[in-house]
Amino acid sequence: MKSLEELRALREKMKSQTDNRSVAGSDETVIKVGMATCGIAAGARPVLDALLDEAGKRHLHNVSISQTGCIGMCRLEPIVEVFRDGQKYTYVHMTAEKARRVIVEHVVNGNVCAEYLVGEN
Amino acid sequence: MRELALNVLDITENSLRAGAKLVRIALNIRFAEDRFSIDIEDDGCGMDEEMLARVTDPFTTTRTTRKVGMGLPLFRYSAESAGGSFSIQSQKGKGTRVHAEYCIGHIDRIPLGDFGGVVLQLITMNPAVDFCVEVRSEEGEGLLDTRQFREILGDVPFTEPEVRAFLREYIQENLVSIYGGRL
Repeated sequence: MKSLEELRALREKMKSQTDNRSVAGSDETVIKVGMATCGIAAGARPVLDALLDEAGKRHLHNVSISQTGCIGMCRLEPIVEVFRDGQKYTYVHMTAEKARRVIVEHVVNGNVCAEYLVGEN
Repeated sequence: MRELALNVLDITENSLRAGAKLVRIALNIRFAEDRFSIDIEDDGCGMDEEMLARVTDPFTTTRTTRKVGMGLPLFRYSAESAGGSFSIQSQKGKGTRVHAEYCIGHIDRIPLGDFGGVVLQLITMNPAVDFCVEVRSEEGEGLLDTRQFREILGDVPFTEPEVRAFLREYIQENLVSIYGGRL
């Protein structure tokens, strides 16, 4: 059974390996997933889970993934916004698989997944 | 919404938008009576009586992007179409409490779904807000209080992969195991 004691031990362990990763700075990629009623109903949760999972698997420490409210284009949900190099990329009608591709191709390799962008479909 | 857990996520977003600092989510299960309830309570900005009276109307919303707001109407529908009931109380400046009750065996009752995943998402994605999540049935009860976690972790964020993995298991063992697959 997981207990608070265990968390205390984990905290002690993590103290010793403090951060060489929070130095992200300007090359940080920010990803936001629309998580209002429209997004949730369209399946934004599996998309967010896939993004977190894929970023975790690849140990991407300069990526911050978070949720946001209604982005305003409810019929295009689930929407994922990627902020990178001072640019905003809006991916629409996302699925878990598409989200994984965005991490691999856009965030890791720097090639925008143009076919998922708003306006392309 | 295909899972009640998604309704919980959605309604809690309202609490966050209301500027809540502490959100309580409670799941009270009475297997013997074939009923369970979901409670979401926050200390956000609340609303006045006039707003409260029309808040479950889908054409009421505070957002400015469009004129419809489906969160509370869908939550209400999920309960009332499954032999249950719904209520909401709010006080301006104090907070809001939403209560939904379900008949477990009702044919139209939506499955609870990935409640544990929703709790994990809420606590890791909202570092400035504390959550107190309780699951209770005749067989036992479990509690998750992010204030306890924060006290231990100090400046280590919940989003660190090791902490996240711990939280995921903590939720599974302390909360989800209480109703495990029966809702």
